[in-house]
Amino acid sequence: MNLTLKIWRQKDAKSQGKIVDYQISGIEGDMSFLEMLDVLNEDLINKGEEPVVFDHDCREGICGACSLQINGEPHGPDRLITTCQLHMRKFNDGDTIYIEPFRAKAFPVVKDLMVDRSAFDRIQQAGGYVSVNTSGNTIDANAIPIEKENADDAFAAATCIGCGACVAACKNASAMLFTSAKVSQFALLPQGQVEATERVLAMVNQMDEEGFGNCTNTGACEIECPKGISLENIARMNREYLKASLKG
Amino acid sequence: MGGLIKSSIARKVAMALSGLFLVFFLLQHFTINFTSIFSADTFNELSHFMGTNPVVQFALQPVLIFGVVFHFVMGFVLEIKNKNARAVKYAKYNGGANASWMSRNMIYSGLVILAFLGLHFYDFWIPEMVHKYVEFAPEDPTRYYHELLEKFVSPVRTGLYVVSFVFLALHLWHGFASSFQSVGFNNKYSVGLTKFAKAFAIVIPLGFIIISLVLHFNHNH
Repeated sequence: MNLTLKIWRQKDAKSQGKIVDYQISGIEGDMSFLEMLDVLNEDLINKGEEPVVFDHDCREGICGACSLQINGEPHGPDRLITTCQLHMRKFNDGDTIYIEPFRAKAFPVVKDLMVDRSAFDRIQQAGGYVSVNTSGNTIDANAIPIEKENADDAFAAATCIGCGACVAACKNASAMLFTSAKVSQFALLPQGQVEATERVLAMVNQMDEEGFGNCTNTGACEIECPKGISLENIARMNREYLKASLKG
Repeated sequence: MGGLIKSSIARKVAMALSGLFLVFFLLQHFTINFTSIFSADTFNELSHFMGTNPVVQFALQPVLIFGVVFHFVMGFVLEIKNKNARAVKYAKYNGGANASWMSRNMIYSGLVILAFLGLHFYDFWIPEMVHKYVEFAPEDPTRYYHELLEKFVSPVRTGLYVVSFVFLALHLWHGFASSFQSVGFNNKYSVGLTKFAKAFAIVIPLGFIIISLVLHFNHNH
C-alpha cells in the first residue's frame, strides 16, 4: 500500500511546528499503525533525517502510552482500541493520513507527536488514591463484601489507562472523562468513602488548574475512549462534587 | 463552597439549571401562544393576566430576564474558556465522527436564538413596556390578539421566526437532554428522559412554527 502521510513536526516545546508531507510505500495491511511509523522512521534514518518522535510502550493496548490524532480522531477511526492496536488494513492504497499530537493547552507538545500528559498524573496525585494503613493489620480488600453492580462499575472505571484520548477528542479539550473515571473507581467502593469529599474536590480543582476545558456533554470522549469509559462516570462525579461542595 | 463559583462543574450545573428554567418558561410561553390559533378570547385573557399581574410583571419577569442573560453570558464565557483550552487547532478534526452537529455548535444555535430574541423584544416586549410603563396607556384586555396578528403580516418576519425556531430545535436537541447529565442524573431512567427531551425539542419549536404560519395565513385570508 502506498500512502501520503501528513505529520506534525515540531523541534521542541518552544518551536513552531508544521505539517510535513511524507510518501511511504510497501505498507502491508497486517502492520500496526506504529509499525508503519517504524518503517517511515527507518527510511528517515537511512536518509540521514530526523525520525518522527511518537509515544509508545507496551504495544498491547494496555499501557496508555501511545496517542496520536489520526485523520482527526484520537487513536484513529477504529473503536475501543489504542493506536498500537490500529492496523493498516483500516486504510486503503493511496490514502492521505493526517497524524497529529493530542492537542490541548494542558498537553504541551514535547517534540513532534509526543505530548506531555503529566497533567493527568497531577490530577491523580491530587486525590486518586486510598490511604491504607500498612501497619500489618490491613484487611484484604477481597474480604469486604461489595454489591456486584458497584464492583463491576468500579472495575469498568478503573480500566481507564489515562491515554488522554478523551481530552484529544473533546472539542473543549476537557478532561472530565478521565477525572470522573478516577473519582468513580473509588466513589463506588467502601474503601473510597473515607476520603470521598476531599478527593473529588481536590481532583476537580487540579483538573481546572491544569487548564482543561469545560465539559459540554458532546459525548465524543466516550465514543473515542479505547476502554469504553462511560459518561455515567461524569454524571457520578458531578453528583459527588456537588455533594462535597455543599458539605465542605 | 468558595471554590464552587470558579469550578468547571459548578459552571456546567449553572448552565444546565438556567437552561432547564428556560425550557420551563418556553413551555409556558408555548401554551399561551397556542391558544391564539383557536381562540382569540382565551389568548387575550391569558395575555392580559400575564401582562398585568404584579407577581408576573415584577417578580417572575425579572427572574426570567436574569435567567436569559445568565445563560447567554455563561455560554459565551464557557465558549471562550473552551477555545483557550486548545490553543493550537488540529489540521484535520473529524468532529462528526464522535459527536452530533448540534452538540458541537451550541454557541452558533445560541447566537441565532440571541439574534431572534433581539427581534422578538423589538416586536413585542419593548412596545409592551413602553405601552404600560412609559405611556401609561389605558389597559384594553382585548388588544393582545390583534397586536399579535399584526406582527405576522410580514412574510419576512414570519420567515425569520420560522428559521429561528429551527435553530431553537437544534439547540434544545442537545441542551435539554444533556442538562440532566450535567446535574448528575444518569441512570436507568435516562433513556426515557432523553427521548422525552428530544421529543420536546422537536414538538415545541414545531408548534411555534405552526402558530407563526397559522397567524400569518389567517391574517392574509
